[in-house]
Amino acid sequence: MVIRAAALELGYGDRLVLAGLDFHVAAGEFVGILGPNGCGKSTLLHALSGLLPPRGGSLTVMEQALGAIPSRLRAQTLAVVPQSSEVRFPFSCLEIVLMGRYPHRRRLGSLTAEDLLWALRSMRRTTTEPLRDRPVTQISGGECQRVVIARALAQDPRILLLDEATSCLDVRKKLEIFEILKHLNQARSLTVLCAMHDLNLAALYCRRLMFIKDGRIIRDGPTEAVFTPEILAAVYDTAMEVRWHPVYHRPYAVMLPLTPGAAAPEETATPGVARA
Amino acid sequence: MKVASPPASQVDRTAELTEALERRRAEMRRFAAALLALGLALFLSVGLATGIGRMEVGWNAMAAVLLNKLGLAAAPVDRTTEVVIWGIRLSRVVLSALVGASLATAGVVFQGLLLNPLADPFTIGVSTGAAFGVALLVMLGVGGAFLGLSPLPLGALVGALGAMAAVLVLSRDAGRIRKESLILAGIVVSTFLSALISLIKSLDEESLSAIVFWIMGSFSGRGWIHVGFLLPYAAAGFLLAIYHGRELDILALGEEQSHFLGVSVNQVRLKLLLGASLLTAGAVAVSGVIGFVGLVVPHLCRLLAGPSHGRLLVLSAFTGALTLIWADVLARVILASGQELPVGVVTALLGGPFFFYLLKTRQARGMW
Repeated sequence: MVIRAAALELGYGDRLVLAGLDFHVAAGEFVGILGPNGCGKSTLLHALSGLLPPRGGSLTVMEQALGAIPSRLRAQTLAVVPQSSEVRFPFSCLEIVLMGRYPHRRRLGSLTAEDLLWALRSMRRTTTEPLRDRPVTQISGGECQRVVIARALAQDPRILLLDEATSCLDVRKKLEIFEILKHLNQARSLTVLCAMHDLNLAALYCRRLMFIKDGRIIRDGPTEAVFTPEILAAVYDTAMEVRWHPVYHRPYAVMLPLTPGAAAPEETATPGVARA
Repeated sequence: MKVASPPASQVDRTAELTEALERRRAEMRRFAAALLALGLALFLSVGLATGIGRMEVGWNAMAAVLLNKLGLAAAPVDRTTEVVIWGIRLSRVVLSALVGASLATAGVVFQGLLLNPLADPFTIGVSTGAAFGVALLVMLGVGGAFLGLSPLPLGALVGALGAMAAVLVLSRDAGRIRKESLILAGIVVSTFLSALISLIKSLDEESLSAIVFWIMGSFSGRGWIHVGFLLPYAAAGFLLAIYHGRELDILALGEEQSHFLGVSVNQVRLKLLLGASLLTAGAVAVSGVIGFVGLVVPHLCRLLAGPSHGRLLVLSAFTGALTLIWADVLARVILASGQELPVGVVTALLGGPFFFYLLKTRQARGMW
């Protein structure tokens, strides 16, 4: 198991956000973490990235307590792609990707051919080679996300965490990035965990889905088994149809308007929200 | 599970790597060339600046004095020339170079650390702390000498380090140092100390001119003892900054991403702050408050050499040294009456318009 959480409790200050989390992730899994806004997806990812120490229970990565792993060693195993990354200084994209080699480089040691090779390889995998010498301050949001993924790959991680990394991108860019993730997941058994909002994207690429609501994991299982109208309705308080794609053999959800026959009676009952 | 080199398109990849490595080497060569040029300029500037003044001294006299000091030649020329060259001018030029290098380096660190292009060595209240230390000593009438040094630099140093400690304590929030709270704490400490300085000035009018003169920043009357005083702080601060140059690059990505990349953010921030504050405190202690060098020089260097901090720190140190050497020469000779201007006035007069120009060009290039 690359990740093990047992009776994990997470929160900020006095506020408990998630409790009683028990799950394992094996090497090579592709897990989507889904749930309504504010359910704690990001909190869970913060904890998995070591940014937020657990308030209770245990969290291990590669069978070691996450909090006990020194930062550099942690960054050699685990890479994170955040939702967006603003950079103030005009580093070239290659320099940004090379920063991914930081946990592997010796202090004061100069850049080795291996570091450079990793950076170039990661840029090739994310098709960011043409951006190599462009200042990161002057590229588009989609390009920037790919550069950040390249940087994460340059860390040579075994686990990749994505926190709504594609939320701001158009459909083509999203698919491109998930194709890259799928390839890495299959070809080099990189473990991928991504918190996301796009149900159909999750159904298309993730082989396992974890649904979070009300501070706990309410369903966790293979996509085919848990991507059902009942579970989606329970998680999002919204009626959805789930269909099965005849060619790709993946489920997909169809959104329905909230007003007629919606599963959220308090919404429809409220006067004033009825649409024209 | 770790991946072996992929066999596909191996040849192509090697060519690409070779090219990238070659580019990297070319960059290093350019950097080395720039350093060499700057080093040469610095050497020449020290010589030229030592020669400029009311009493003309030539290269021959300088060489004679230097050789004598190095124990390579017998007593040189006359005693007056020796005192002017060695005791007055050269020590002052070396001090201004050292202060310039310290302020510029501190500026690079503060700007990188606070992700704020307007940050300078005085942002977090270090200079006000130093000024307060001096004001207090002047008011109390502490005189005499300590280790051959007037007590004012010591007061400035203690004040600067005290202000820095206060800012750090104020900005710590649950064991974390946030850059926003750092700036706020800096403003709070700075404002409070300014009020205390004003209080001292109004309570003790005799001290007014001494305090004001000190705050304006000057190298007048400074000598080797001040160089010796500053050197350990400058060296420690510069080494701390260089040692963490790579982290400074990564910190530019923000706190979270630095964490993701394996940087121990708090530790590194604390060390860098300490380094930059040592540089500033040392510089302020020997020369008073000299503005704009720590703001403009890092900007200029970033414009010319890119944002990578390892290089930026070294280039800024050299450029800062050169800048302050020549600013001090101007301060010495610009008034026809033979009077000296405080060098802080010169740097502000030159730095203001220059900064304006930099800001405009950067805006035009869309850099901020």
